[in-house]
Amino acid sequence: MGHTDNETWLYTISSKRRLIDLNFKEIWRYRDLLILFVKRDIVTVYKQTILGPLWYVIQPLFTSVIFTLVFNNLGNIATGTVPNFLFNLAGITAWNYFNNCLSGTSDTFKKNQNIFGKVYFPRVIMPMSVTISNLLKLFIQLGIFIGFYIYYLGIGASVQPNANLFLFPVYILMMALMGLGLGMILSSMTTKYRDMTIVISFGVQLLMYMSAVPYPLSEARLKFPKAVAVLVEYNPLTQIIEGFRYMLLDTGSFSWFGFVYTLIVSILLFLIGIIIFNRTEKSFIDTV
Amino acid sequence: MVILKAENISKQYRLGLVGTGTISHDLNRWWHRVRGKEDPYLKVGSVNDRSTKADSDYVWALQDINFEVQQGEVLGIIGKNGAGKSTLLKILSRVTSPTTGEIKTKGRIASLLEVGTGFHPELTGRENIYLNGAILGMTKAEIREKEAEIIAFSGCERYVDTPVKRYSSGMRVRLAFAVAAFLEPDILVVDEVLAVGDAEFQKKAVGKMQDISKGNGRTVLFVSHNMATIKTLCSRVIVIDNGLITYDGKVGEGVDRYLTSGRNKKTESLLHRTDRQGNQKLKVKRVYFQNERNEVVDDIISTELLKVRIEVEKYSELNYNRLFLAVNFIDSNLNFVLSYTSDEMGVNLKELELYNIIELEIPKLYLRGGTYTLRVLITENDTTKANFVDCLENAASINVLSGDLWKTGKLNRKTSTAIFPGKLQVINEK
Repeated sequence: MGHTDNETWLYTISSKRRLIDLNFKEIWRYRDLLILFVKRDIVTVYKQTILGPLWYVIQPLFTSVIFTLVFNNLGNIATGTVPNFLFNLAGITAWNYFNNCLSGTSDTFKKNQNIFGKVYFPRVIMPMSVTISNLLKLFIQLGIFIGFYIYYLGIGASVQPNANLFLFPVYILMMALMGLGLGMILSSMTTKYRDMTIVISFGVQLLMYMSAVPYPLSEARLKFPKAVAVLVEYNPLTQIIEGFRYMLLDTGSFSWFGFVYTLIVSILLFLIGIIIFNRTEKSFIDTV
Repeated sequence: MVILKAENISKQYRLGLVGTGTISHDLNRWWHRVRGKEDPYLKVGSVNDRSTKADSDYVWALQDINFEVQQGEVLGIIGKNGAGKSTLLKILSRVTSPTTGEIKTKGRIASLLEVGTGFHPELTGRENIYLNGAILGMTKAEIREKEAEIIAFSGCERYVDTPVKRYSSGMRVRLAFAVAAFLEPDILVVDEVLAVGDAEFQKKAVGKMQDISKGNGRTVLFVSHNMATIKTLCSRVIVIDNGLITYDGKVGEGVDRYLTSGRNKKTESLLHRTDRQGNQKLKVKRVYFQNERNEVVDDIISTELLKVRIEVEKYSELNYNRLFLAVNFIDSNLNFVLSYTSDEMGVNLKELELYNIIELEIPKLYLRGGTYTLRVLITENDTTKANFVDCLENAASINVLSGDLWKTGKLNRKTSTAIFPGKLQVINEK
């Protein structure tokens, strides 16, 4: 439009978009909504279930038991001096957070099409709230982990954290960024191609086995075919799981290269996620 | 001051199934974009006319919409179903984005498109007030300030700490409307939300809407099919027809324009209809309605002037001197609510021998809002069934829009009965 009057517009609705359209001012204005969504997620998940939040505890415990039976007892995977069960529990706790963030955000558009179709608020609030409310689950599961940690210390197993523990918040952040980023990419794809929901449900299963959750990276290097071992090693999730166990249990390996590499990948994934999410949120209601 | 400005807004939709086949279109789009060419699917697409079969897969729901809204203005947006009103509202409330063009605004827009969005059944009424308010753009502090008022307005004080899933649907709607009614955005977009709840609550809701639009210079965009409400609330209207703005200006004129937007439509011949009774020496060919300016209409506001025109086609000799006509208005429950008969009225139709149109003029149509169908009966000599010449049920239908007979600023109820002038008072006698 040619004429430019010196009027200041609050905002413009148009089809044009900037590449990264994260309006922090707007998100800040909707911070109460973010908090309320987080609260809603936490309060309502286990309403009208008998065991309630106990489900947060049961799921990782049973998975760890099964992993221990199958991979360590049956499959003879060595976990060093660390008790098998504790090793598995650490891996699963970390994996669960990523997995919950991913699967919780990957159906953002589909699940909320009703509300998105009627009112506007920064859409990114939705996946953000999922990532934040999953933190609560993570902390409950970490609590269980610490409980068993103390128990194993009590019976004289050789477990100890190491100096890397100060990286703990960074690991949480990386998992959140990766889960959120990947989830946002997938959520955008599912709006148009429903095949993605099927791909996600078993893809996540497969991804877990490629991310060194039920085995240490050293075993993968040793026993996998060369190509697969490289794949597992450069999977950023492997780096997170391995690093997570390294700082908590002082087992496995850690390299600053791997750490920085993972950090860069997770930030990239997050940015790509935001870009794709932004493109989708403008018109998904027409294609969903 | 111009608070909102829409420039060249267009919106394209894909017709038919979205799903299979889109990937090839998507790839083609992407390939054109990579080469710096324009979207190949933007060119095709036709005007949004529901009744004609589309010749392309894409359609323009809105085309080149331009308008400005002044601060404090109450702008009515009217148009038939499928004209593009909802699409415009969706774009205004940022639910979807336009295909081309842009809307600039100086204020925050909030919409009352559908109330109760985001209610969570497991949360209590109070928790839902906060959640719903936040979704609609209020901050926690703002909601806390109005919490008591909202609860009082909803009339759900007793259940406010009970999960919403235990609410009746009516209570849910009341609570939702209460939250929305206390929104205070710079620009409020209202879609017909007033048709909720029981009569008592509706009265409250309409009153609140009037407060919002009349008081404190709030800018309101109001979408409704209810012409009488539009006439009482709005200061300006735009009429949308087939995705184009066909009128922008004064309320009265715009409403008329909307009501007569079928004017150019050729009224359909009824000669192909075989569900007739009688000897068919003469057939009812066309039945249509006109308003006081002789414009062909499908809708009329209650208590306004209506003309019914009946065009006939003659086939064989008739005693025109002894011809009778009856026109019956029939409601949706098949009750006769209004009948005009030529013998009662003392009208002789012998001139029909020379001409072929009969006009029935009703100076004030005292029918409440609703859709009525017309039965036209023509008989010869007397009105016994054996002497039916032509009898056509459902010859035409007229949509009566609720009016304001009592001049109270409130719409009369919609039921298929008559509504007549009268006076109600307590008299000074015992």
